[in-house]
Amino acid sequence: MEWIQQLVNGISLGSIYALIALGYTMVYGIVKLINFAHGDVFMVGSFVGFYSISIFHLGFFPALLISMAVCAIFGVLIERIAYKPLRNATRIAALITAIGVSLLIEYTTIYARGAQPEAYPDKLLPFKNVEFFGVKISSQSLFILAISILLMILLQFIVHKTKIGKAMRAVSHDMDAARLMGINVDNTISATFAIGSALAGAAGVIFGMYYTKIEPLMGIIPGLKAFVAAVLGGIGIIPGAMVGGLVLGVIESLVSASGYSLWRDGAAFVVLILILIFRPSGIFGKNVREKV
Amino acid sequence: MTTNKLLLKVEKAGIRFGGLQAVSDVNLELKQGELVGLIGPNGAGKTTFFNLLTGVYVPTEGSIELDGDKLNGLAPFKITRKGISRTFQNIRLFGELSVLDNVKVAYHSRAKHSILSSIFRLPHHFSGEKEMEEQAIEFLKIFKLEGFLHEKAKNLPYGQQRRLEIARALAANPKLLLLDEPAAGMNPQETHELMNLISFIRERFSLTVLLIEHDMLLVMGVCERIYVLDHGQLIAQGTPQEIRNNPKVIEAYLGEEVS
Amino acid sequence: MKKLTHGKGFWTAIVVVAILSALIQFLISGGTLNSFYVNTIFYIGINIILATSLHLIMGITGQFSIGHAGFLAVGAYASAIMTMKLDLPFPVAILAGGIAAGIAGLIIGIPSLRLKGDYLAIATLGFGEIVRITFLNIDYIGGASGMQVRHLTTWPWLVACVVLTVVVITNFTNSTHGRACISIRENEIAADAMGINTTYYKVAAFVIGSFFAGIAGALYAHNFYIIQPTNFGFLKSFDILIFVVLGGLGSMSGAVIAAILLTIISTFLQDYSETRMIIYSLVLIIMMLYRPQGLMGTKELTSLFKYRGTGKGGMPNDNKQTIA
Repeated sequence: MEWIQQLVNGISLGSIYALIALGYTMVYGIVKLINFAHGDVFMVGSFVGFYSISIFHLGFFPALLISMAVCAIFGVLIERIAYKPLRNATRIAALITAIGVSLLIEYTTIYARGAQPEAYPDKLLPFKNVEFFGVKISSQSLFILAISILLMILLQFIVHKTKIGKAMRAVSHDMDAARLMGINVDNTISATFAIGSALAGAAGVIFGMYYTKIEPLMGIIPGLKAFVAAVLGGIGIIPGAMVGGLVLGVIESLVSASGYSLWRDGAAFVVLILILIFRPSGIFGKNVREKV
Repeated sequence: MTTNKLLLKVEKAGIRFGGLQAVSDVNLELKQGELVGLIGPNGAGKTTFFNLLTGVYVPTEGSIELDGDKLNGLAPFKITRKGISRTFQNIRLFGELSVLDNVKVAYHSRAKHSILSSIFRLPHHFSGEKEMEEQAIEFLKIFKLEGFLHEKAKNLPYGQQRRLEIARALAANPKLLLLDEPAAGMNPQETHELMNLISFIRERFSLTVLLIEHDMLLVMGVCERIYVLDHGQLIAQGTPQEIRNNPKVIEAYLGEEVS
Repeated sequence: MKKLTHGKGFWTAIVVVAILSALIQFLISGGTLNSFYVNTIFYIGINIILATSLHLIMGITGQFSIGHAGFLAVGAYASAIMTMKLDLPFPVAILAGGIAAGIAGLIIGIPSLRLKGDYLAIATLGFGEIVRITFLNIDYIGGASGMQVRHLTTWPWLVACVVLTVVVITNFTNSTHGRACISIRENEIAADAMGINTTYYKVAAFVIGSFFAGIAGALYAHNFYIIQPTNFGFLKSFDILIFVVLGGLGSMSGAVIAAILLTIISTFLQDYSETRMIIYSLVLIIMMLYRPQGLMGTKELTSLFKYRGTGKGGMPNDNKQTIA
């Protein structure tokens, strides 16, 4: 029975990874940039949620929405200030900039408020265990799962049914052609950053509620793992990021459950290296090769 | 200069990318010393065919033999060492390296000194590097590039870059040279010089040349035989005269203009 | 024509280094320099080795590696095991550190180097994390609490290792093997088409680079009294990366100068580590926006004095592909 509980934990954790991974994958799909700062947007979202709840005494849902809105604006600012001027630079210059932005956010946060962790208020939601055939599942896990699924459905709707979604798909397919077709590429890219960052912000609040402890460097490891999830699913592919996140969460929980909990953080990177070597295009990806 | 010895034999070669059959069922033979053209409308699969010959892509069907050696599945650098060298449609020089160093890179596979002898500056290193440098300079003189020895390749004028790329390909000591649109972006004067250069190197190095070109004047002017590729398949072959009058070829080209 | 033998410059440099290091040795043993300065100087030496070793991988061969601290860690732990567990002499430990890291480079290099650009970067990052987590979980070497190490790194050993690293990597670069690596950086497809065994040279650069990172690890471990897995996290990799990027990808003198400057700056800012990181990251961002080629760009210090230097540097090109 404990295995099933671990599986449920894994799915909850995985849905957090999936939410962060969506931002990575959307941004990579559109500007071919590994946005290292994405994990830090997740951290900022978590803190915004925390302050909304603890200082302004807001409930969970208002806090979630505020955090998503703040992160969306933050993501667009990062893109406009740091990444946009580099759109025609080498990939390496862009990657180094992204690492720089990531560190800047982390250490500015520490500078502003110190490195000490905060305890997330945990009485926001009714906490009780639901029993399914003798397996105890916390209502929180179910709740997290429900919100994540809701957000992902919303995202699918935006990408496939709205005008901005169409523009995003067009730009990621061929930026120059999209521009010639009259699509405002700059705005589309900003919108992608906004949506991806909003999802990361939501993930931040959910993470805080689930793990109850947040700190300025909390974005690094989940950020990297979400990236692994994006690669696992096939980077640039939205359903891939969801599946990748869930798979990774389950793998980690199973590693913990098998008694190797200290190795849990290593598992993601082993998965990463294996997938990069044997199937670099990911589970859902197609092989693309350089034209000669 | 053309002998009857068969140098390159391509049998039913083709490649499929997922659902797309980019090149299929190509049969092509080159005799030693021949200068042969490969033409066809845009997207016909000409460059893809070069990529099959040089190992950039591994053919999914058919076989490719050079001098009786099977080349299928060999890594590109091994194919180069077996004697096929090429230039690229979009020039691929080592931009930050000097003109001299670009050519030296082509000599690398014949270098006699090991990494260790270079690291510890053993006598082998000095003799090997000296030999390489002398050969490379001599070689660049043939191409009238000796005035640019220490210039970065990326700073050369366009025409000279094309020239350097051909020089570099030849420095790898090929039996078969593949030229991918060498006249692209050249004016008539430069194209004319290029035609002379191709004829010259062919005699000087007793070389077999396969040439992709859009400039019909150049192809018809220098090639002895021509193969025509359309939609990944050979649709015609023959002398320039035969090709000019071949209805299939005319249709392939006209079809392109209409669309 | 370029000189093929060591010129006057080489011997002048050796003499200058010898005099300078004798002077510093004199100041250290005379007690003129306090421990703060001595420490700074030692860190400069270690960082020069790290910077030049990464320079070979990134600057010369164009392979983006952001897990260099992993090799540093392997060298540090391997050498510490030699001296602390097996009671072997320090020189053996230095060599063992280098060899262990070189082997790690080989094991990681062969599979990872099939990847390109940012994928390779992420794979090396993942490798660095795996190394750290592995050391965290091995009780023999102290797990999270780390390993006690004797202070054995002396000034002469340090100078010898720095000189060895710089000379070996310079000699490698200025040979047909170095040109092969640069050709890979400049255009891998063309290098392949010119008969260069690109995989071999990428792995070779990786192994040589990791070997010297391992040597730096041995010196680092025996300078510090204690080593812990947390010393070798992503931030350490980043510190090394910034030397190479700031100095100018492809310029060894740039990497060395950046290593010296940044080590001095960071020792003065060591009590303000957040400020240091904010400054570092801002410098990095501004550099990429306004001078992406780094401090030295494509040049070596020596070429500034020559009538015309052939640059060996430059950001690895992202070849804009045209339709085939």
